[in-house]
Amino acid sequence: MGELERTRGFGLDYAPAPESAAVVSLAPSYGLFVGGEFVDPLSDAAFTTVNPATEEPLAEVAAAGAADVDRAVRAARAAFTGAWRDMPGPERAKYLYRIARLIQERSREFAVLETLDGGKPIKESRDVDVPLAAAHFFHHAGWADKLGYAFPGRRPAPLGVAGQVIPWNFPLLMAAWKLAPALACGNTVVLKPAETTPLTALLLGEVLQQAELPPGVVNIVTGAGATGAAVVGHGDVDKIAFTGSTAVGKGIQAALAGTGTRLTLELGGKAANIVFDDAALDQAVEGVVNGIYFNQGHVCCAGSRLLVQETVAELFVDKLKRRIATLRVGDPLDKNTDVGAINSAAQLERIAALVQAGVDEGAELYQPPCELPDRGYFFRPTVFTGVAQSHRVAREEIFGPVLSVLTFRTAEEAVAKANNTRYGLSAGVWTEKGSRILWMVERLRAGVVWANTFNRFDPASPFGGYKESGFGREGGLHGLAAYCSLEPVPV
Amino acid sequence: MPSTLVDEPAAIAAERGSGVGRRWSAWLVGGPSVTGAPVDAVGLEARAAALASRSIKKASKLAALDLAVRCMDLTTLEGADTPGKVRGLCAKALRPDPADPAIPAAAAVCVYPLLVPVAVEWLRASPVRVASVAGAFPAGQSPIEVRVDEIGRAVAAGADEVDIVLNRGAFLSGRYGEVFDDIAASKVASGAAHLKVIIETAELGSYDAVRKASTLAMVAGADFIKTSTGKVAGSATLPVALCMAEAIRDFVDQSGRPVGLKVAGGVRTAKQAWQYLVVVAETLGPDWLTPARFRLGASSLLNDVLMQIRSQRTGRYQRPDHFSVD
Repeated sequence: MGELERTRGFGLDYAPAPESAAVVSLAPSYGLFVGGEFVDPLSDAAFTTVNPATEEPLAEVAAAGAADVDRAVRAARAAFTGAWRDMPGPERAKYLYRIARLIQERSREFAVLETLDGGKPIKESRDVDVPLAAAHFFHHAGWADKLGYAFPGRRPAPLGVAGQVIPWNFPLLMAAWKLAPALACGNTVVLKPAETTPLTALLLGEVLQQAELPPGVVNIVTGAGATGAAVVGHGDVDKIAFTGSTAVGKGIQAALAGTGTRLTLELGGKAANIVFDDAALDQAVEGVVNGIYFNQGHVCCAGSRLLVQETVAELFVDKLKRRIATLRVGDPLDKNTDVGAINSAAQLERIAALVQAGVDEGAELYQPPCELPDRGYFFRPTVFTGVAQSHRVAREEIFGPVLSVLTFRTAEEAVAKANNTRYGLSAGVWTEKGSRILWMVERLRAGVVWANTFNRFDPASPFGGYKESGFGREGGLHGLAAYCSLEPVPV
Repeated sequence: MPSTLVDEPAAIAAERGSGVGRRWSAWLVGGPSVTGAPVDAVGLEARAAALASRSIKKASKLAALDLAVRCMDLTTLEGADTPGKVRGLCAKALRPDPADPAIPAAAAVCVYPLLVPVAVEWLRASPVRVASVAGAFPAGQSPIEVRVDEIGRAVAAGADEVDIVLNRGAFLSGRYGEVFDDIAASKVASGAAHLKVIIETAELGSYDAVRKASTLAMVAGADFIKTSTGKVAGSATLPVALCMAEAIRDFVDQSGRPVGLKVAGGVRTAKQAWQYLVVVAETLGPDWLTPARFRLGASSLLNDVLMQIRSQRTGRYQRPDHFSVD
């Protein structure tokens, strides 16, 4: 062997491959997008949005007050009655197609800005968030002129002004999920982005101007909880759509009780990823990793509980740990980064507290020995083994890169454990046996069940929850129904 | 799932060529053994695509390209091969870029058995090894006695490594014991030479079969498992390499014996080469990033790699004629 035997392996250290941030031009401060224009807020409050990977401020953003929200709702109402409601479907579709194409054209800008403001890896904003956002506009553009055929025996009519409050985990994508069906059905919108991630929504405002969308059809009011409460509490809004935490969702439902305002809620989750011993284990490992470490675990449908059949539990956890040790945690703008920054200091604190609770309750902690950057909000990918159903880390939504591993013996036990949660947004089933997949799907109380995959999204597929994960569906035909009144066609 | 596969290599070595290997292989392909580990095609291809999108720049690109040269089996396997052709290839393997002495030598030169003496003569005092295909390459459809005899002759002529083909006829008709015995007999015949077993992935029809054939070959004694002969339609792909690397990882976990991976057929560009290195690095770890455990079999890849190295170093691409054609 000689030379060959002496040749030692070497680490294929990837040199830094940062995406350039120069593609984005940031203003020092941003106003609100109302009536088709960026306007100075009536409120003089503002807040700073920071880059969670560096803790450096990115821009000052207006905090809309009640008067600003009122102005936005008036603009939306005027646009609804003035033009949008009565515009023929094919005409509305043209705008949606235009928005979709503009998102594609400016995809690099959107991806970089999403990563700067929210901390998610550039490969995710580039390959998932932005393409899916465009896909949602394309999909719903196709519906705009076919609504008459979507609900046989029913005549769909727009609801009016929709108030939409969206979260910080997929800022642009959630805006697209909310806006596209609302607009396709002829509604106008007041959109409230999350306070830690307002920038891509504001860039989307620019795109709407570029697309020459009629003024007032979409209005964007930035701010924190008070702004969202003003949107929800405004008397002239016909429909509220909210994606966020279960606690806030309950508050919204209470506030709207008896008002006649329609409501859809997409809230928290504590999904079970269920791995049977006949599964393709190496691919199941990938699916479990994707299920919980995708977007740092800031995913309402994240597979945060791994239920693995006891016959393969040890083998599977070994494989999982080895895989987690290869995750690259760090600069979100680096194209080789797998796990980016936690969205905010507050969220980092919450994750750390829940992980401490897991340790205190006796679960066994595993974290790979990866180096974290000196600055910014970062958290090691974390696995808890030896978790019991009664542990907090098995019951509470952590919304971070933390996986709790539990075991099961039979399919019945897997179903019982998977359903034993107050949530019901998603679940995953890993088995090579088709009949078992169908058996499980019939019994799992979750809005989405993925079989041999996880965290796959498609605008044609309805998404939403059971129990405290909310109600109403987004995407597909079911998602359209949330933005129409469906009166029976008179015979 | 059984936690022990077999007492490899002692148990296998004792039974090699004796026919009782059939017992092992029958046990391995029945029941929930690693050989029968299913592969999910969608998930496998998604993972391979994710690894292919790794961004390899600057110093890491140069390191990867240097490694690609060191792991390369320069290959010529044509009916028209002559001593002249093989001599040219040997010179190229020893000194891939005469203008740049920093470029390392290739790992091996791979030829048909009749040309082994020519290669041995040229490479005798060098670090470059001589590999020979044998065993009725590329179909393997000859009696085992003939195949074993050819392997023995290649080794006697001086081959350091022997590349044989898996008996796909037996594999695809479910005669796994025969596949096992053929490989075990080939291992005996190859003696001290390293045995690479080509499983010819394009003919197996599924990733499950690729995984099963990979494990079968390793259990039967292969030192390397190799994707393709380069002689059928369909060549090495990234998902296939990933599938085989995962099979190796499980085999090593259970037997403790490291097995190498050789990717061959259809690898023509430097970019493909570093994508395979990424798959190996992130699946099997840094210990596999050495010619002792990873090989790229290719005939036209080397010049593209040399071109990329030159452009990385100088910032300029050069004309193809600046690199020798052998």
